[in-house]
Order: sequence, then structure tokens, then C-alpha cells
Amino acid sequence: MSNEVLDTQMDDDTVLVDRLADRLDAGDRFASLMGTDTDEGLRLTALLATPDTIEPFDWVLPPGTTSYPSLTPRIPAAFWYERDLHDLFGVTAAGHPRLDPLTLPLSDDSERPVPGRPGAPWSIQPDEHILPRLVVGTGLFTIPHGPVRSGVSESVEFLVETPGEDIPELRVRVYAKHRGIEKRFEGMDAATGVLLAERVEGIASVAHALAFAHAVEALGGVRPPRPARLIRTLHAELERIANHLDVAMRLADAAGLAVATARFGAHKERVLRLVGRLCGSRFGRGVVVPGGVRALPALRPDRIRAEMSALASGIMPDAQLLMNTSSFIDRLRHTGVLDTDLAIDHGALGPVGRASGLADDDRIRRPYDAYDELVWRPATPWVSCDARARLQIRFDEIDDACTLIDQIVTELSTMDPATPLCRSVGFADGRGIGWAEAPQGEVLYVLEVSDGRIRRCRPRSASFHNLAVFSHTFNGDVLTDFAFIEASFGLSMAGVAL
Amino acid sequence: MWVLRGLRNGVVTTRYPRRPDAYESSFPAAVGVVDPAARLPGVAGVCPTGAIEADEGGVRLDRGRCILCGSCVRAHPEVFSWAAGSETAATDQATLVVGDEPEDDDALSALRADLARRVRRLRRSVHVRHLDAGSDGSDEWEIQALLNPVYDVHRLGIFFTASPRHADILMITGAGARGMIAPIARTLEAMPRPVVTIAVGADAISGGLVSPSYATSGGVGALLPIDVWVPGSPPTPFTLLHAILLALGRVPAGREVTA
Repeated sequence: MSNEVLDTQMDDDTVLVDRLADRLDAGDRFASLMGTDTDEGLRLTALLATPDTIEPFDWVLPPGTTSYPSLTPRIPAAFWYERDLHDLFGVTAAGHPRLDPLTLPLSDDSERPVPGRPGAPWSIQPDEHILPRLVVGTGLFTIPHGPVRSGVSESVEFLVETPGEDIPELRVRVYAKHRGIEKRFEGMDAATGVLLAERVEGIASVAHALAFAHAVEALGGVRPPRPARLIRTLHAELERIANHLDVAMRLADAAGLAVATARFGAHKERVLRLVGRLCGSRFGRGVVVPGGVRALPALRPDRIRAEMSALASGIMPDAQLLMNTSSFIDRLRHTGVLDTDLAIDHGALGPVGRASGLADDDRIRRPYDAYDELVWRPATPWVSCDARARLQIRFDEIDDACTLIDQIVTELSTMDPATPLCRSVGFADGRGIGWAEAPQGEVLYVLEVSDGRIRRCRPRSASFHNLAVFSHTFNGDVLTDFAFIEASFGLSMAGVAL
Repeated sequence: MWVLRGLRNGVVTTRYPRRPDAYESSFPAAVGVVDPAARLPGVAGVCPTGAIEADEGGVRLDRGRCILCGSCVRAHPEVFSWAAGSETAATDQATLVVGDEPEDDDALSALRADLARRVRRLRRSVHVRHLDAGSDGSDEWEIQALLNPVYDVHRLGIFFTASPRHADILMITGAGARGMIAPIARTLEAMPRPVVTIAVGADAISGGLVSPSYATSGGVGALLPIDVWVPGSPPTPFTLLHAILLALGRVPAGREVTA
């Protein structure tokens, strides 16, 4: 092989980066970047969110290629994705500003997981010694938070670099929870795959199961029957309410408001119990199956309605009181500001994006299940870009969820109970892309099937995408704001390092 | 204002364990084997996590591997069924296998005696430290729920602590991610003795659906000695509360054996 061939390849790659960047300038959103090991070499896939769908862009690095021109200088949102690619495949993004390990720190000669390649490594031990430890700056020191945090929370390590009070630099180490999920999907059938999808990010089980099922249904060209679409939407919205209440609870806890913490905790428990009574799992697990849903809700529609109205009349006055508690709001206002420009550049997802003026929401732009059949007007994005806006948008979304559920319950009560709840969907060979709007934001699944088995499955959670921008929200904020900013993002670490 | 709001709904706290709780006893927290003597040679293939074993002796189900997906109940309702009741934690991993003849009682009572000796001074006031070793995030929600006013474990003298140095009980979730092996060792080292450990969830007991994987240890049992095993995916707050009380020998008499 001559150098010339390689150079041509590099030129092609550069052209592709330009094309992608042009599309982003024209208004598309950078949604994901992933790799797949194939016989022809490493295939890189960038996903762009267009106004009405998610579009893949593929390019293949021939076997033996160890680097490609980095996307990050032109497309900052690719920053974490290229670090993840390096960890999983060992491929280097040439020109990347800081290609530190992210999801799996390994020395250069280590065996890597290489998703898409048949077979899996037996055991890979993360090597924390190769992580950079140098802090440069006058009077700067590092405060490590984690990986074992205070309180009951998931493992993650935040390295706060500080001169004493403000936070000029924050590093996030997410690898502690890496579970090898992508390799684990390989070889599974659709029925088992959806169970694993529910466990990728356990507090958004329904959204992950939906995104996975949508990918399978896209492959098979099947749309679930109407009752199934309604029941899916019911569970997705209940999950949203529970997650948003959890954020409210954690924020109240950070402010030391004991009664508010207890109240929102009790509301959340009530939602989880309702979900449990509907389907037997407090997290809505087992509801979504490719092609439809497993069963009708175990509660009669009028009982669901009664329970929902009791819930709403408990939550809404508390939400109002919380947003009017000045000692609380003072901590959130102008805290953790994510500028609209930065949010657009990064393509911030979910409530985090919507609190910074972005209107993108898969339920509206790229509707699925029953969202385009119900009458609702999604909450207007907020523009104050701070932790307060991120909480306010969540309360708005709880309100929307109640509206949606009310309509779903009405439709379910007039539904013929004999209507089928699931269409048979084959596991056709090919590649399917599925998405769903989780409480944290858009969840994306790219699913490749061959011979009726999963060849490659790449979940991308909103938690991963949004955590990358988290460290850019500390302008002028101090150490005691940390808990508020973190809680206001509402992310789950399980969905980050996979 | 919040003071008045706090009084609005009266007492919402459960009286469990002193009084039975309808939600605790009705929740389908496990799968049971109705007909352990059934001959179903190919039934093991129904289970995605290999929790079911079948041979000439009959059918057994390991709740430590069960992720409660219900595949077996749908495929063979005459053999498997949902079991109501959240008190499913056990001090011996082998007793999580239902459908089997009870193991020899001597080993089990030795295990319990050892645990009882360690918890003698902890019974009335105990501090719990949680540690995530690669969970999916839902286990943390259910542990956190123990602090909400519905469960309010403070009333039982159970407190969660921010530092392992103040902790008596270590509740550990997740399949044992390799990136957490060193932090687990450091946390355990920092705890004062005696230490009681609780493995929370099917992932922590056996690796659940996440294992086998290059990045996990197939459960935390391989990483540290475990005193109480809590099945579930995730276990409900009542199951977790039962597990803590079981560790402390505070489960009311006559309710300890479930299966």
C-alpha cells in the first residue's frame, strides 16, 4: 500500500467533514457519531437530526487505518464521541484538541472491545494510571468528587479544578460504570434486546425500549396498532413525570428544603406505584415489545384518570409554591447558564436544550407512537438558560404529560378490548434507526441485524450528549452551586459510559 | 408556607414492619415455581438470564438471576407464576433458588449466627452507605425512596451516611463494573468493623442480563463477601427495607422464611 492511497482517503474524509459542517450550518443538529467494525474496515457513522428524521452518514476507514481527520475542530459536539471512538476502537482523531480517555481508559497496546467484530474480549480492566493528572495554573488545585459520591447516587468522578471558590475547569470521568453494553447486545434476538435496552439507563427504561423497538419496526416496516401506540405513550409520559419529580426533589434537597424534598419524593413514589399497578413493574419494564405492547394496563381507564387527577392536584400547587420560594429560586436564578449559542452548537437535548431556547423535541419534530394523533401544545422553550429555566420547563412538561394522559385514557375507555396490541414484526437484516424523547432528552438507537441476530447495537442516551456540555455551564458559579447545576441537568450516569 | 404544606396529607408513612402493609404484601416482586416436580426438559431456554434449571429432578429457578421479565410465566403458566410479597431477601445465596429442597440447615444457621454476632451492637441505630458498582440507575432510585415519607426509614433508626467512615452497612448495586473494583476496595477499607454487606438487585447478585461482559465481574459476590442477597430488577423499597431488617435480625418472628 502506498502513501498516496492513504492520502486520497484522508482527502475524502476532509471533504466529508466539510459536508457535515455545512449541513449543521444549514440548521441540522449533530446527533451522534459511532463506529462499527466490518470486513471492509472500520465504518464511521455520523447521525444528523434533520427537521423530520435522523439521517446517517457513513464512511469507511480501510483496514489498517489508525487515524482519520477529527470532526471536532469544525463540529465541537463531536468532542466526546471521538474520545469514545478512540477508547472502543483504538482509532485516533487527528487534530482532536484533547483525545483523553473517556469511557474506557486503556494503554495503547491493550485489547479493545471493538463493537461489530464477532466475538467479545473475555475481560478488559480499565487502566486509571494512564489518565492525565496534571493541573496547570497559579494557585489551582483539584477537588475530586467521586467516583463514590456522597448520598445515594450513581458512580462518576468530577474533578473540580479551582483556585478556592469558582470553577474555571471541570473534568468528568465516567468510565467507572462502563459495563460493555454495546458488545453485550451483539448476538441477541429482538425479544432479549429490548430487555437489555430497558437496562441501559434504568430510570428511562420505557424511552430506551421504545427507541429500540422503533429501530426494529423501522427495519420490518411495521407500525404498532393504535391501542399499543396509546399505551406506549401513556407509559412514556408517566416515566417523564417521575423523572421530572426526581429532579425537583434533588433540587429541593440541595437547597435544604426538607418539606419540599419530602413532598416531591412522595409524589414520585405515587407515580411509581401507579406504573407498578399498570404493568407489574415500577419502571414500566416489559410493557414495550417490538411491534406493540405486551398487555392492556391492569387498571381500568377511570381508575387511571382518578389517580392522575389526584396526582396533578398534589403536584401542581407544590410546584407553584417551590417556584415562589425565594430562598430556593435565588439559588437557581443565573446559576449554571448554558448560552443559547453554545446550546445550538452542541445540539443540547431535552429539557436542558429547551431551557436554553431550543425547540427540538422528537415528540413533535419526529413524532412516533401516538404523539401526532393527540391534541397538545408542547411547552414553550425558556430563554433564561439557567437552572431555574431547566426546572420550570420540567414542570411545564409534567403539565403537558397530564394533558396527554387524559386524552389517552379517554381513548382507551372507548377502545374495543379485543383489538390486537401487537403486530408481528420480523427481525429483517439491515440497519434500522429508532428514537424516542426520554425525560432526559432524545434517545437514539442504531441497530444492525444479520441472520436474525443483532450484529451491532449502539444506544446513545441524552445523558451522554448533555454531560459533554455540563462542564461549560460554570461561568462564575462557585462550588456550592455544583449540586444545583448537576441536579438541574437530571442525567443518569448509567446511560453515559454504557 | 412549607410547614403548612407538610401537614396537608396527614401521615402517609407505612407502619411496616410492625403492621403488615397491603402494597408490600401484594407487589409481584418475584417469580415462584408452582410445580417444582414438572418435567420440562427445554424450559431453561425460555429464560434470557439462565435463571431456570430443569432436569429429571424437576424445575428450579434462581431468583438471584431472575430479572422479572416474565417470559417463563407466559410460556409455562402451569409451572411458573408471579409471587406476591416483597420480602424476598435472603442471607444465603443458595436459598434464592426456589423449587429446590431446603439446604442443610446447619450451614445456614452458622451463617446467621455469624451475622447476628456482627450486628449485635447495631440493631437499634445503623448507618448505611450506598455504593454503585455499575447499576442501571434504577436501583439507586429505589434505595433513595427509602428516605421519602412513605417509607421513612429514619423512624426505624436507619440512616444513610455520606462517608464510608460512619457506615455500618454497605449496600452495593450493579454488576461489578471493573472500573469500580478499586473504589470498592477503598470504600470497604475505610469502613469501621464490623461491616455488613448487602448485594442489591439481580445485577449485583449474578450480573443479570448485563453479564457476561468484558467490563463486569458477573456480580459483586466475586469482589467482596456478601451477607444479604436482595433479588429484583430493581428490588422495590419494601424488599430493600426487608433486607436491612434481615441483616439486623429485626424481621418480626414467623416472617423470615419466604420462598
